[in-house]
Amino acid sequence: MRIGVITYPGTLDDRDAQRAIRLAGGTPVPLWHADDDLKKVDAVVLPGGFSYGDYLRCGAIAAKAPATKEVIKKAQQGLPVLGICNGFQVLVESHLLPGGLIRNEHQHFICRDQKLRVENNQTDWTNLFEKDEEIIIPLKNGEGGYIATDDTIKMLEEENRVVFRYLELNPNGSMNDIAGLTNERGNVVGLMPHPEHAVEPGFGPDTAVATRSGIDGLKFFQSALKALVNS
Amino acid sequence: MPKIIVEIMPKQDLLDPQGKAVANALVRGGNKDISGVRIGKRIELHFDREVTEKDIEEAKKQAKEFLSNDVIEDVVAVTVEN
Repeated sequence: MRIGVITYPGTLDDRDAQRAIRLAGGTPVPLWHADDDLKKVDAVVLPGGFSYGDYLRCGAIAAKAPATKEVIKKAQQGLPVLGICNGFQVLVESHLLPGGLIRNEHQHFICRDQKLRVENNQTDWTNLFEKDEEIIIPLKNGEGGYIATDDTIKMLEEENRVVFRYLELNPNGSMNDIAGLTNERGNVVGLMPHPEHAVEPGFGPDTAVATRSGIDGLKFFQSALKALVNS
Repeated sequence: MPKIIVEIMPKQDLLDPQGKAVANALVRGGNKDISGVRIGKRIELHFDREVTEKDIEEAKKQAKEFLSNDVIEDVVAVTVEN
């Protein structure tokens, strides 16, 4: 299974995402923002970073890139797409997911190992988690405060489209402690924390068991591979 | 130079951390009567010719769809300087 990773000018975590895909058993395919050829990949990851230097608004210019336009088209037809951090911001700016992300409430950049609850294990990127499973995923962002209109929040909650919620501490002022979302179909998932940084023992977040032992992020990519095999 | 000027502000009911930080600094600097600051954006679209009605319509469309995000911002003015 081939999973594409788009690199925009200013992307940081494309290599980490490629490595995570490889460790999960997939084949990573580097994609370039200016190229509208997605190389027939089976799924796409929009990685973290600061595309276009966060100019205009985080993710706004990347949402207009030729590669992103193809992703939008194919996502509407069911292509599994995972947006991580800046990638989540791109998904929101592309209107594949509703709402917006604004500067953290406390105005500081935050970097921590964050506990999350998996609220929806029926998406293409979470099908290997238990419902309500608690996981630890590194979080690092300056503009991760999720906001939406009251009607949108109500809809997201009623349709079970909140995929991850922050536990113990809301790190950025996100409404309803929302850390990640999915679309109606469950093929598009966006979240602020970075699963690609929790895929290999010795390099992941600290857990109760041992330091740097966390590999909860691996299941994101394994879930996508499973969803692709089943489809 | 003919130009279309698009002005964008964060929505009234949203926290504007940048404005808040600047307001605090102003008050600290002795401007006790400033009760708040909000920071928006002014975007100039430049033309090498006269701006037409069609350009303005397109600018309004881009202001709404690309230059601003209506979840967090309002387009408060689109004006022309010919």
